[in-house]
Amino acid sequence: MKINDVILQTVTKIVVFIILTFGVELFLSGHYNPGGGFIGGLVLSSAFVLLYLVFDIETVHKGIPFDFKKVAAFGVLLAVGTGLGSVLFGASFLTQTASHFNLPVFGATELSTVMLFEAGVALTVVGVVVTIILSISEDV
Amino acid sequence: MLAITIAIFIPFMAALFVPFIYKRVRSRNIGWFVMSVPLVLFIYLASLIPAVAGGKTYIHTIKWIDSAGINFTTYLDGLSMIFGLLITGVGSLVILYSIYYLSEREALGRFYVYLLMFMGSMLGVIFSDNLMVLYVFWELTSISSFLLIAFWYHRKKSRYGAQKSMLITVSGGVGMLAGFIMLYTMTGSYSVREIIGTIGQYTNESLFLPAMLLVLLGAFTKSAQFPFHIWLPDAMEAPTPVSAYLHSATMVKAGIYLVARFTPVFGGEAVWFYTVTGVGIFTLFWGSVNAVRQTDLKALLAYSTISQLGLIMSLFGLGSAALNEGYSADSVIYTQATFAALFHLINHSTFKGALFMVVGIVDHQVGTRDIRRLGGLMSLMPVTFTIAVIGSFSMAGLPPFNGFLSKEMFFESVLIIRNLDIFAMGPVWGSLIPVVAWLASVLTFVYSMIIVFQTFLGKHQPDRLDRKAIEAPVGMLIAPLILALFVVGIFFFPNVVGNYLLRPAMTAVYPPFEGAEGLVPHIAAWHGFNAPIIMTIGVIVVGALLYTYLRYWRGIYSLAPMRWNLDSMYNGLLTQTEKASSFLTRTYMTGYLRDYLVYIFVFFILTVGGGLLWTGGFSIDLSNDAPITISEYIIIFVMMGASIAIIFAKSRITAILLNGVLGYSIAILFVVFRAPDLALTQIIVETVTTALFLLCFYFLPEWSKEKTTRSLKVFKGIIAISVGTVVTVLALVVQGNKMFESISVYFENAYELAGGKNIVNTILGDFRAFDTMLEVVVLFIAGIGVFTLIKLKAGKGDEDVED
Repeated sequence: MKINDVILQTVTKIVVFIILTFGVELFLSGHYNPGGGFIGGLVLSSAFVLLYLVFDIETVHKGIPFDFKKVAAFGVLLAVGTGLGSVLFGASFLTQTASHFNLPVFGATELSTVMLFEAGVALTVVGVVVTIILSISEDV
Repeated sequence: MLAITIAIFIPFMAALFVPFIYKRVRSRNIGWFVMSVPLVLFIYLASLIPAVAGGKTYIHTIKWIDSAGINFTTYLDGLSMIFGLLITGVGSLVILYSIYYLSEREALGRFYVYLLMFMGSMLGVIFSDNLMVLYVFWELTSISSFLLIAFWYHRKKSRYGAQKSMLITVSGGVGMLAGFIMLYTMTGSYSVREIIGTIGQYTNESLFLPAMLLVLLGAFTKSAQFPFHIWLPDAMEAPTPVSAYLHSATMVKAGIYLVARFTPVFGGEAVWFYTVTGVGIFTLFWGSVNAVRQTDLKALLAYSTISQLGLIMSLFGLGSAALNEGYSADSVIYTQATFAALFHLINHSTFKGALFMVVGIVDHQVGTRDIRRLGGLMSLMPVTFTIAVIGSFSMAGLPPFNGFLSKEMFFESVLIIRNLDIFAMGPVWGSLIPVVAWLASVLTFVYSMIIVFQTFLGKHQPDRLDRKAIEAPVGMLIAPLILALFVVGIFFFPNVVGNYLLRPAMTAVYPPFEGAEGLVPHIAAWHGFNAPIIMTIGVIVVGALLYTYLRYWRGIYSLAPMRWNLDSMYNGLLTQTEKASSFLTRTYMTGYLRDYLVYIFVFFILTVGGGLLWTGGFSIDLSNDAPITISEYIIIFVMMGASIAIIFAKSRITAILLNGVLGYSIAILFVVFRAPDLALTQIIVETVTTALFLLCFYFLPEWSKEKTTRSLKVFKGIIAISVGTVVTVLALVVQGNKMFESISVYFENAYELAGGKNIVNTILGDFRAFDTMLEVVVLFIAGIGVFTLIKLKAGKGDEDVED
């Protein structure tokens, strides 16, 4: 059965970007406002799931040629790696630190190592959720 | 010193690069890269010998999980120095040997990755001061040994041997872990050095003895002591370089290292003395008895390794007697046994390594290791023959080889123990030890002669060999030749070893005896016409007679008690366990989801509900609760309505939508309670799971009405209501009791403590970051699990890959 749902597809094309932006916003603001790696990751993955629902797997894969298993693996390595990073600097495992920087566009910004850790969490969530949904749906 | 810590990780790092290099260099030359790793480490360690011999120790700590007492602490002293040199030195030679031994058709990349992994973990075992870190590396050696034994995994026997060694050593290791935890409970420290310092006050604790026995269990399984020795002969299915390295020179000595390391902790106790000495002496005897009847050269060497490990083990047991009453002029004499143990440890690695390589050469050149088919190789392989003579005669305890020196010291130590008047040692037991030791030495002499004479002398049988016998290529001979040189060299200059390697190691085993007179005896090849030399002469005479008339008394091995062996017990245990567990699994794994839910819920009701009843923890206190508003009532009633409606839903879609109503209502509740993080998460999780549910429904059959009996329905109803009741009661009880300090102080000061204003996120990313990290790992494993279950499942017609 060939599905040709023009309205849904058109809406999705726009909505996906809103969801993705929202996901990134949630991820970045997590340290001070509601949000964080886990929620950000979930929102991002829900955007991908929406894409897979509306378009077929091949089409989406052409646009986003990631192997989501690798994304998940990279996320895990990043999360564990930030923990090991603190050991290299002589602190306990998983010690986090933060500092203020003056960035060109954003102005005075606080950058924290928690963000790297959270990025690992987010990537793992995205990778695992999409991998699970894809593997089940491809098993037809 | 940081360098020691790095030294542990260098082999692991190198192992990471091996596959990439192997892609480029698909030949045996990859071995040269691998060999450089232990060689560099060996040279580095050797450069530290003078400092360590001068009494210096190196310690370096990397903080890891400080709050749980687990830090990455490395410690280099005399004892770990000996082992470090053995691991890297024999490691270099074995890799050199393997370059020529293994065919280029083999998966060389895989082989060297495993070997480097093993080397790193073994260095980790001996350099770790923290027991938890030590344990992790300990099990890693078991795992890499498993992988190496199963290197030729297409052979059934390889897989069997690998599984056997893994099961035995890992179960011993788990016991050891329990022992370590007991030590921690007593002393409050995972650091070996700290435990040594404080153990004196804990010797009367009830956990002291179990901890000692469990640590010994780990040591005995690893070092193949009776009755756990049965895995070592089967481990000989590994390629010969592996047998030479893991199963004679290093890994099996990890147990001995552990015993030596824990001698200052447990030494001086009667139980320790009797267990270590008794098990060691019996293993020495039993190993030598079994070695004589072997016809496969490698199996013979395996049993001889078991026997020699028993010898070293028993010496450590005897030496521990010195710690019973602390330092005195009388007690220092017993330390000689430990000195002999350390000395023999080095000697054994040299001659046994050489012998394994010789056997590998014979196997490689003529295609068999069966002594019934071998013979007369002396003139065809003269260099190999020379090395075999040096190795075997050293093992038999003959001069001018290093085995003679340590064997003499062994005899002296067992004779000294007759004078021991502690531990209720009567004259009977005191004399039994030297007698058994002497008998075992006679048999050692016999099997050493078998190796030399039945392989290299006698009639050559070219028609029974696979290939024509010619001398091995030079590359294969270098490594055993170097070891043979050590065998002879140590005989002539034993005191170099004694002063530079054994002296600091003795101080490590006997901290209270530091610098004591007589701790490091002078080793002399000729020490007068005394009892040990008479025993050695006796060994030679009786051994030569026994060897000559071997065929007349070999019949005793076919007697009934000899056929009854531990291997069949192990196999029986294995099949029985499998049968029992599959029977048990079949009884409760019905294949019905509802049955599994019943198990889970009944267990929950019994443990949680039962626990509440048992402890009488019902104290419901509603006074602190906030008043319930109208909007909350509405949400709750919507949820109740939805959940009741699910029961009467006619199609899956309806049910899942109603379930969604439940989920989103909870999200609204979170909003009402002003928890935006939770609400957000709940909404997204609900959305994604709904999509997942719909996806899964594609594969499920139509939802038909279940035909169930009335009583079953009642039963299910009871379970459902009980679960609901337990959860409700639990929630109320939790709210009404204050068992612990409130942790809200963390949240209030989150900005100072963690630098974040969103407390949910500071919990996830900082306060409980360890949990989050492990959760991420678990999530990943779950994802991989789903993927492999679905993608890699075997089709119906596919062959079953397990047998």
